[in-house]
Amino acid sequence: MTTLLEVSGVSVSFDGFRAINNLSFQIGPAEMRAIIGPNGAGKTTFMDIITGKTRPDEGRVIWGERSVSLLKMSEEKIAQAGVGRKFQRPTVFEDQSVFDNLLLALKKDRSPLSVLFYRRSARDRDKVQDLAAEIGLSDQLSRKSGELSHGQKQWLEIGMLLAQEPRLLLVDEPAAGMTPEEREHTTGILVEAAKTRAVVVVEHDMEFVRRLNCKVTVLHEGSVLAEGSLDHVTKNQDVIDVYLGR
Amino acid sequence: MERSFIFRNPSVLIFLGCLALFTLGVTMMSEAAGSGLISTSFVKTLGKTLCLCLVAIAMDLVWGYCGILSLGHFAFFGLGGYMIGMWLMYARTRDIVVASLANAAIPPTDQEISDAIGNQIFGVVGSAEFPLVWAFSSSLTMQLALVILVPGLLALVFGWLAFRSRVTGVYLSILTQAMTLALALYLFQNDSGLRGNNGLSGLQNIPGADAVPQSVMSLWFLWASALALGLGYLLAAWVVSGKFGSVIRGIRDDEARVRFLGYPVESFKLFIFVLTAIIAGIAGALYYPQAGIINPAEVAPIASIYLAVWVAIGGRGRLYGAVIGAAFVSLVSSWFTGGQVPGFSLGAYTVNWVDWWQVILGLSFVMVTLFAPKGIGGLVDLMTGARAPDRHGADLGPDKGSLQEQEATQ
Ligand SMILES: Nc1ncnc2c1ncn2[C@@H]1O[C@H](COP(=O)(O)OP(=O)(O)OP(=O)(O)O)[C@@H](O)[C@H]1O
Ligand SMILES: [Mg+2]
Repeated sequence: MTTLLEVSGVSVSFDGFRAINNLSFQIGPAEMRAIIGPNGAGKTTFMDIITGKTRPDEGRVIWGERSVSLLKMSEEKIAQAGVGRKFQRPTVFEDQSVFDNLLLALKKDRSPLSVLFYRRSARDRDKVQDLAAEIGLSDQLSRKSGELSHGQKQWLEIGMLLAQEPRLLLVDEPAAGMTPEEREHTTGILVEAAKTRAVVVVEHDMEFVRRLNCKVTVLHEGSVLAEGSLDHVTKNQDVIDVYLGR
Repeated sequence: MERSFIFRNPSVLIFLGCLALFTLGVTMMSEAAGSGLISTSFVKTLGKTLCLCLVAIAMDLVWGYCGILSLGHFAFFGLGGYMIGMWLMYARTRDIVVASLANAAIPPTDQEISDAIGNQIFGVVGSAEFPLVWAFSSSLTMQLALVILVPGLLALVFGWLAFRSRVTGVYLSILTQAMTLALALYLFQNDSGLRGNNGLSGLQNIPGADAVPQSVMSLWFLWASALALGLGYLLAAWVVSGKFGSVIRGIRDDEARVRFLGYPVESFKLFIFVLTAIIAGIAGALYYPQAGIINPAEVAPIASIYLAVWVAIGGRGRLYGAVIGAAFVSLVSSWFTGGQVPGFSLGAYTVNWVDWWQVILGLSFVMVTLFAPKGIGGLVDLMTGARAPDRHGADLGPDKGSLQEQEATQ
């Protein structure tokens, strides 16, 4: 099996505190992966490293068929290469409409001049409408996204993620603040997306992870504690001690 | 079919209509039209005000829309003024010199003419040599090009250095203040080549137009300023109305998020910074011929801070807000500081408006920032009934703006 992303031997410290410790991780081009672990395990920091927000002290992050290193690339170059990210706290542009938020994320040339002369085509509008239907926000398109509920914002951000058509989706706690039905819908969207691309989901809710039905990586104190099916890792004594048993 | 730009932005049409009516009204009431309800000097004040509105639009683009609190845009404004001022002064002095030498027995050589011009212009700073920066001063076309190029290039270099190292927020504001301060200090020097603290003067006399009285000239400049303001407004409205506007407002609200969407944030900022510097330069080039004089004090750091105050009071993040703020505050300000407002006596102390106006301006800035962040432009929202949804009840979600108790139970 080919790999889309390979992280090897990565470490990062904040003021002497090792948030990520010699972490290695791999994911294929059409694979779903769940990451679980206690608070402060380094899950968000792991995503920060892949997306270029945090530079690791050592280690390698290799991307794609041509095996380029993401460590030398800027955040926007990494995003353009096909890494999309949903943040833990929903971050949408609150002052702008749902429509504009989705349009902003739509995969298009990102340079200032082409953005300046961009004319919205009927096709782009249809695309935005399709996405809105998928995330259940069809009747909210003209509302300011700041007026949405927490769960709706989460969805809008998932919609923005899909609009970018990334090859790798990094999704940080997508189900927080959602009702059970909304969670189910979110699972559906993610499972569908993982058919054609790589999806990494960080989630605390075990029920949610179970429904994703995928390989699970357990992080603890910045490194991988266990990896395998959910049933496999939940039987692991270390995992029970540090995470499940609390 | 997408609707046309003007149709989607009716405020542009309203603005252009008001501007046209204003210009027409002033023209008809001017001395040149015979009625003289508005004095020539007031026509000039109004023309200058239009230029200030234009630079306020630039400030609104860069600050209100893109979130870069530049406190240095008057440097670009001043540079535009200096660039056109050099040609005005050179050409005008040349006309005078040629006329006075025409009576001489021996026709003067080119060198003699050039020396005489140099003597006239640089005598005040104890020099007669033309400095290098005056190399193109004899060519109107070149100096007009420099009105755009000099502010544009300065903004490009400064912005590239600042944005590339991700200087943001208050640090960037301080840096822009330093830039305009450095420029002012440089211009104050006699050997800067721009006549030190004397600045450039006599700019109201347009070379080759001696026959045109100032009453007519003031109208020409009023029209030119109105045209520039109208075009600048259109351009700015077009820039912010589409996806570009969406991106820069995104940068203002959450720069990192825009970056993770794959947009090169630094390039967008640089684009806006340079564009607004050029607009400011053009505004300055129209302003100073009406003012008649430019000196280094014009680019002092405080000028750029005033610019931010105008935009804040008018309402940032909306173009007409910037225009209203600049027009209102600068006109009221020149009314108070012009000494026309009689002071009043409080028994022991006499309130002198020339001194107290600054205090009032400062206080209103603080008040607006605290209590009416939308500024004067916010009144339009009140009239049209566009208001933020009124939310009550306890927060249900982990975030502000989430579903709230009362709505949830409805
Ligand atoms: N920029 C930073 N500066 C200092 N410390 C940081 C920084 N970012 C993260 N940390 C620390 O690194 C550790 C890992 O944080 P991280 O946010 O990755 O945890 P997490 O697994 O996402 O936790 P949670 O489940 O609460 O989201 C934490 O102890 C955190 O305090
Ligand atoms: Mg986290």
